Formats: sequence, C-alpha cells, structure tokens
Amino acid sequence: MLIPQTKNIGLPLMNLMRFKGLPILQQLHIEEQLLRTSSENWCIVNDGTNDPTIVMGVSGKPAELLEIESVLDDQVPVIRRFTGGGTVIVDHGTVFVTFICNKEAVPNLQPYPRPIMSWSSSLYSKVFQGIGDFHLRENDYVFGNHKFGGNAQSITKNRWIHHTSFLWDFNVQNMSYLKHPKRAPAYR
Amino acid sequence: LKDLKYADSHEWVKVEGNSATIGITDHAQDHLGDVVYVELPEVGAAVKQGESFGAVESVKATSDVNSPVSGKVVEVNEELSGSPAKVNSSPYEDGWIIKVEMKDAGELKNLMDSEEYSKFCEEEDSKH
Repeated sequence: MLIPQTKNIGLPLMNLMRFKGLPILQQLHIEEQLLRTSSENWCIVNDGTNDPTIVMGVSGKPAELLEIESVLDDQVPVIRRFTGGGTVIVDHGTVFVTFICNKEAVPNLQPYPRPIMSWSSSLYSKVFQGIGDFHLRENDYVFGNHKFGGNAQSITKNRWIHHTSFLWDFNVQNMSYLKHPKRAPAYR
Repeated sequence: LKDLKYADSHEWVKVEGNSATIGITDHAQDHLGDVVYVELPEVGAAVKQGESFGAVESVKATSDVNSPVSGKVVEVNEELSGSPAKVNSSPYEDGWIIKVEMKDAGELKNLMDSEEYSKFCEEEDSKH
C-alpha cells in the first residue's frame, strides 16, 4: 500500500517480504510474477532454502557447467532461472536478497546492468561496512579476493530485478557438482 | 541511421513494403555491454508494438527486447545463437534480430525518426 507523502522522500519505497526456508523455485516464481505483473517496488529476503538445489542462468549449458553424472546420481534438482549470470548451488545456508523496482524508483538510475549493479553494490557496502573488505569486483560481490555471493538481473521495459544468493554458510562438498565456467574473471 | 524508425525502448525497425527488420540500437548495445546470449522467438509467433518478444543477456542481466511494430515473426537471425556478439559489433546490419510481417503500417507513426531518436538519447543520458 503506497502512502502518498512518502513518494517525496526520494528513496524507493519498497514492500518487504521475509521468508525462511522458502523453496528457491517458489521464490523465483514469485519474483518473476512480481517483476512482470506488479507496479510496486519489492524487497524479498529468504533465509535459506529447503534442499540443495542448482540454479542456472538463462543461457547456462548443463553439459559445460555441471558434473552431470554426480548431479543425476544424487538427484540434485536443477532449475533454470529467468535472469542472466552463472550457476549456483544453494541450500539452507544461503541467504537470498532480491530487489524489484520500477525504473523511476531510484532517482538518476539508468535501467541498464552496470548502473543497477553499481547501485546495489553501494547499498551492500553500507550493509557490510566494518565487517570485511567488501566491494564489487568484475561484477562479483567480494570480501577482498573472495567471492561470497552470486548476483543476477533481469530488465524489462519499465522495471528491473536484481537478486543475490549470499553464501552465508555453505557445504564445500556441494561445490563439487559444479564445473568452473569457461569465462571467469582472472582474480578468481 | 536515417531510413530507420526507433522505439523509446531503443529498438530500430527497417520497413520494406510490408516487411519489418528489427534490432537494438547502437545506444542500447553500448549501454548493455557484451551480449553473450540472444533469446529468439519462434517463427510464426505474434508480436505486438511495445511488447517483449525476446531478450539479450549481458553482464549477468537479461534485458527484454520489445517489438516496435505488431505482426508475425517470419524469420529470426539464427546466426546470433552462435555469434551473439554481432548485436554489439553490427547492431544495424549483421546483428538484426527478427523479421516481421507487419499488421498495421499506421503504427509507424508512434515511432521516432533518426533525428528525434538522437535527441531522445541525448536527453536520457544527460538526465543520469
């Protein structure tokens, strides 16, 4: 519900949805529905998902990015999301944060990938102030040299979504289901 | 380019008779970054002026591509599956995305000519 006088504050007014353990497929369905059918701004926070799940970007090729035999043997679900970017394996130790905004929501923000990512990284640099050497490095969120989350976006005519899966805690063994991508930043 | 028409979502259209060739502009490809994937519609799909028919992926983002005209898709640029970077290197030639049989040529009046589009881009860039 929009309160008229808050439109003048100058920062995006967002509806906040908080979940714990929502299955990532359901989260992605909600996100795509809100992006394409809502006219309001949203922030979604999901503290962990239920079962370990592989989530691939719109153009990811399973044969190139997954250890297919292990994935099939262990029956790990694989989902293709509607945003770009790479492959992640998520579980109860992942924290998901999503922003869905109208293109006018953030003043002076051009609705293109790099400006949006620059805006989100300036938001997160305030969140992580004093905790670690946070910055955006070659489109990754890092503490120093260590990437600690995956992020991706989708931009429509009048709205955009930027979502992140933060590896708050992760099972190193789960990483063995994934191959290193062919194109990867040198720092990694 | 002078003989093209432009949408405010940064797509161009070249009209020859009833046939329209569609792509994204140089302004769009420059702001999007390196295109690594193009999601193409099926031949035969219906498109509507101002609505999305496909997407491009760049810098971890999928960006909708919207049709400047309504009609039916008669051809898609299959080359983009193997060489998506053509959208960056040749946005008005080799990087064309779809060809459409137009439903209503009258819709073209809703689009900008090249002078209007250049001014539109300048105004947009200066606001940010």
